[in-house]
Amino acid sequence: MTSDQGEERGVSRRKILECMTWAGTGVLWTVVGGMPRSLGIMGEAAAAGASGLTFLQISDSHVGFDKPANPNALGTLEEAISKINALTVRPSFIIHTGDITHLSKPSEFDDADRIISQARLDVHYVPGEHDVLDEDVKLYRNRYGRGSKGAGWYSFDADGVHFIGLVNVVDLKAGGLGNLGNEQLEWLEDDLNGCAASTPIVVFAHIPLWSVYPTWGWGTEDAARALDYLKRFGSVTVLNGHIHQIMQKVEGNVTFHTAMSTAFPQPAPGAAPSPGPMKVADDKLRSVLGITDVTFKRGQQRLAIIDQPLQR
Amino acid sequence: MRTISALRIAAALAVMLVGVPRAVAAQPAPAAAAEVEIDQFAFVPQRITVKAGTTVTWINDDDTPHTVASSSKLFKSKALDTKDKFSFTFTTPGTYAYFCSLHPHMTGVVVVEAVTGADATQ
Ligand SMILES: [Cu+2]
Repeated sequence: MTSDQGEERGVSRRKILECMTWAGTGVLWTVVGGMPRSLGIMGEAAAAGASGLTFLQISDSHVGFDKPANPNALGTLEEAISKINALTVRPSFIIHTGDITHLSKPSEFDDADRIISQARLDVHYVPGEHDVLDEDVKLYRNRYGRGSKGAGWYSFDADGVHFIGLVNVVDLKAGGLGNLGNEQLEWLEDDLNGCAASTPIVVFAHIPLWSVYPTWGWGTEDAARALDYLKRFGSVTVLNGHIHQIMQKVEGNVTFHTAMSTAFPQPAPGAAPSPGPMKVADDKLRSVLGITDVTFKRGQQRLAIIDQPLQR
Repeated sequence: MRTISALRIAAALAVMLVGVPRAVAAQPAPAAAAEVEIDQFAFVPQRITVKAGTTVTWINDDDTPHTVASSSKLFKSKALDTKDKFSFTFTTPGTYAYFCSLHPHMTGVVVVEAVTGADATQ
């Protein structure tokens, strides 16, 4: 794989990755060395003015969920898709970081497809644990796994950025966390061998690849090995779902980011007895659900990550 | 054939039940029942001790699906939605570790004790 970054900037400019997060309130954050700094209020127009590759992340749509935390998860997914269709800058494609459905039912997959296809964009999926409830992961793989390896991992290139979709929700071990497994890790090492260190890398998977809160299983057992393979790259962005809330960490050249769900929020780590669905006031629900807009500006080694709630 | 209400009473009483209906004389092993609740991403109680022949029933009280999967692959439930149940009868004494294959930090243990002569005459 080649990169059109011009000079070999990636590794030599191994400076701290800057990352902007536009939080729901419209505040622009810049994160340098892991310390978020507010730069003040920013309008939607300014955020949309970015040029370069823009793609969208949605996560945890849990189609079929109908419990008190959100009796209509399909409805809020539809609102998220409307939000995507209303964006001033049309994204190139969508990444869905898993838990498309709540119970892996064919009807749930059908409903999800019907709504998500209304965005008329390519969608790159990885499964969540709720999408692989049938033993042999057949339902998920038959629908989304074309051209993928194993339980559904794959990579692709867009605008000089290398995207890698990983599966960390199958074959989980008692007492453990998310799991990539040896076969997938070997494939990853091989896949990255073809990439120059200056190639910006975006890795996406359902369960966070960093240790968010192991007590609730919010982490991936063998992620360290994956991150080791990613060490030599100048710009690595890791996008996850699963925890139904925004969380970000910057470690060297790697930015970790988790997205909101489109279905229901979950409590902050340790803030409740369990990570189960969190009921918020009806008029607050749409402020804790949303989509994530990611822009890569060529030559800047910087991905702008903008989380947008369904409603402010 | 044990009834659902028998299982419920068993759970209400305690972790383990020794009282057994005697209606069927030909029944080779004493039938007993115990229940484990799945609540707040935990198996409650996390560890239970039962006599051989006990049927353990798990019931999911969460808004999130869970499974009950033996670490030695002896048994595995399908995904249990809210209020779904799964039962397994433990015939052989031993220690049986299990977990939720969706949330593997959720673990539990069933200890199965041999039925002694004293148990039989109770
Ligand atoms: Cu579980």
